[in-house]
Amino acid sequence: MQQGSAYFIEEVSSVQETHTLSILVDNEPGVLARVIGLFSGRGYNIDSLTVSETSHEDHISRITIVTTATPQVLQQIRAQLGRLVPVHEVADLSTFDIPPLERELALIKVVGAGDKRVEALRLAEAFRATVIDATTDHFVFEITGRQTKIEQFINILQPLGLVEVCRTGVVALRRGREKT
Amino acid sequence: MTRQMTGAEMVIQALKDQGVDHIFGYPGGAVLPIYDEIFQQEDIRHILVRHEQGAGHAAEGYARSTGKVGVVLVTSGPGATNAVTALADALMDSIPLVCITGQVPTSLIGTDAFQECDTSGITRPCTKHNYLVRSVDELPRILHEAFLVAKSGRPGPVVVDVPKDVQFATGMYHGPSNVTHKTYHPQVRADLDAVRMAVDMMINAKRPILYTGGGVINSGSEACQILRELVGLTGYPITSTLMGLGAYPASGKEWLGMLGMHGTYEANMAMHECDVMVCVGARFDDRITGRLDDFAPNSKKIHIDIDPSQINKIVRVDLGIVGDVGHVLEDMVRIWRASGKTADREALADWWEQIRIWKKRDCLAYRPNDDVIMPQYALQRLNEKLKGKDYYITTEVGQHQMWAAQFMEFEEPHRWMTSGGLGTMGYGFPAALGVQTAHPNSIVVDIAGDGSIQMNIQELSTAIQHNLPVKIMILNNEHLGMVRQWQQLLHGNRLSNSYVEAMPDFVKLADAYGAKGIVCDKPDKLDAAIDEMLAYEGPVIFDCRVAKLANCFPMIPSGRAHNDMLFSDEAEDDSKIANAIDDAGKRLV
Repeated sequence: MQQGSAYFIEEVSSVQETHTLSILVDNEPGVLARVIGLFSGRGYNIDSLTVSETSHEDHISRITIVTTATPQVLQQIRAQLGRLVPVHEVADLSTFDIPPLERELALIKVVGAGDKRVEALRLAEAFRATVIDATTDHFVFEITGRQTKIEQFINILQPLGLVEVCRTGVVALRRGREKT
Repeated sequence: MTRQMTGAEMVIQALKDQGVDHIFGYPGGAVLPIYDEIFQQEDIRHILVRHEQGAGHAAEGYARSTGKVGVVLVTSGPGATNAVTALADALMDSIPLVCITGQVPTSLIGTDAFQECDTSGITRPCTKHNYLVRSVDELPRILHEAFLVAKSGRPGPVVVDVPKDVQFATGMYHGPSNVTHKTYHPQVRADLDAVRMAVDMMINAKRPILYTGGGVINSGSEACQILRELVGLTGYPITSTLMGLGAYPASGKEWLGMLGMHGTYEANMAMHECDVMVCVGARFDDRITGRLDDFAPNSKKIHIDIDPSQINKIVRVDLGIVGDVGHVLEDMVRIWRASGKTADREALADWWEQIRIWKKRDCLAYRPNDDVIMPQYALQRLNEKLKGKDYYITTEVGQHQMWAAQFMEFEEPHRWMTSGGLGTMGYGFPAALGVQTAHPNSIVVDIAGDGSIQMNIQELSTAIQHNLPVKIMILNNEHLGMVRQWQQLLHGNRLSNSYVEAMPDFVKLADAYGAKGIVCDKPDKLDAAIDEMLAYEGPVIFDCRVAKLANCFPMIPSGRAHNDMLFSDEAEDDSKIANAIDDAGKRLV
């Protein structure tokens, strides 16, 4: 779309890519609002967001954001995040040679009786979901895995009495022995 | 120093330790303990404004004319919200400010207490960083950190929100020595390999141009000196954004004038036709680039900026260099000299010949008038009268601002204060008060429009109280001129709400406040009126009645490229103006 120069170093692409960003921040009040405000203020997408303190001694939190944008916008997102004062480090896990390890946890409530209930339990076993709460007419399953697996499990349970879902969002680390 | 003191004492002590001598503010319930400390000392002078927005802009003017951090002190709630425009303005133009806001006591936060607002929430997107102080123990660190963040890297505004109980609480104060930051470490020194590559690209250029911005001025007077050295060394033409005027002297022979929407023909054409562009501390703003897909289409681009997020944000560049402009230019000059190479003199001579042809277009020309003062003429006369004097210029926002950028000449940095990025009407007068505070013996002129000046006119009372002899020169055309011009260009000349009816009598207004009022509407009396304004020892409003419907040209109409400018002599018939911008351009700002 934009042709600013006759000598581009990189090709300009308008293809949207989904990337997983890992952001280490000082766990101070308002830091999450800064990160989210940056995304909403500049019109970037958030597909998934998780945040928790990961080093209690240093008060450092890791924020994991999955976002979809063109390579140019992704570069802007990384640079804009890096500009926030309490940010230690921004790593784009999707730029390494191998894709990052990504996991999500979901709690899924299914209500029903009879065949549907039996089928739900059978599927849960197949997906290695565990039953963490149950009565005679409901189950709550806990499932951990990649987002695609969780999506699939939820879709299958849809006709079997699915009533409620809660998901954590993606957590991710770089594969291999190297630090992110 | 380390000793026990109250939070309010710490605020004042920290300001002293940071070398602050003037602050701009307005008291209120939640900052009374700090105001009580101000009362009991004489090192820091407090300039009482009449509206918190004025305090913010005054601090901006102070900061921009000195290179120091400007300090604002306001109360909670409306005090803080009134300062927001100035904070957003300072963020857009990278002006170092520390704004201390009072807050309701910690125990009342979140209860909708009287004059409570979520100051840190409201100011988060319009500051470089902000703090809500939760305990007196962290107050000294936060205060010193605020100054560090405000002035280092790409400068910007920082808010420190101090609840009233923290101001009363007692704790241990420590001074600014050894203030470091865990996460904030802007990159000042550039990658030398990148600088070498840049020098190589520049040496081989046939049609080079230096496009400089406010970053050079923010980098300091030394950076401006090195820029001049670089231009001397290379002989390359140089243009600048609105923000960067004065970094290179207007009298310099390589100077092409400002570029962009209302920039000169020669500057914009040179940008369009260049083969190597060196962008120094500027950010490819939409007022600069015009149409992006036809922006300097055959050029290699080098971008030097201290803020990595600016590189490749709007325009893809061939070489991005992250670092402080002053340091990078210093490396550049050193590496260029050490290389023993010289620019391609023959190509450069051809390039300058081409530029001379563009200059002959005389793009700033306007039709003179013996009966009515042309606004351009008024500024030419002001510029003439100021030559050789020690002067500072501020502006409001609109046509007068662009004419001032075109016709006022700056030989030094820090002499020109205007709201660039945010385009804040009402900026110029309070900014001028801040400039005058820092430079009490210099001439400070706010070039204003009749619309803008009324946005912060209440500060006349501040000027009188603090004996700040600012000269306000209103180019009074009884219209919101730039709005009217755009309505003529875009909306069939239907002047919706751009005519300012019920204009006050500015002479009487000046008189009411205790300032001097001057009015002039005849070209042959203009010089005498300007002389009278400059000679008067106190604040002056000069109501300069100018041609009502003059347009600001040349202009790159929205959606057009640099080589597609509209000139005043071409735009004399209405249909040409009405059709200057196509439908796609009309949708742009």
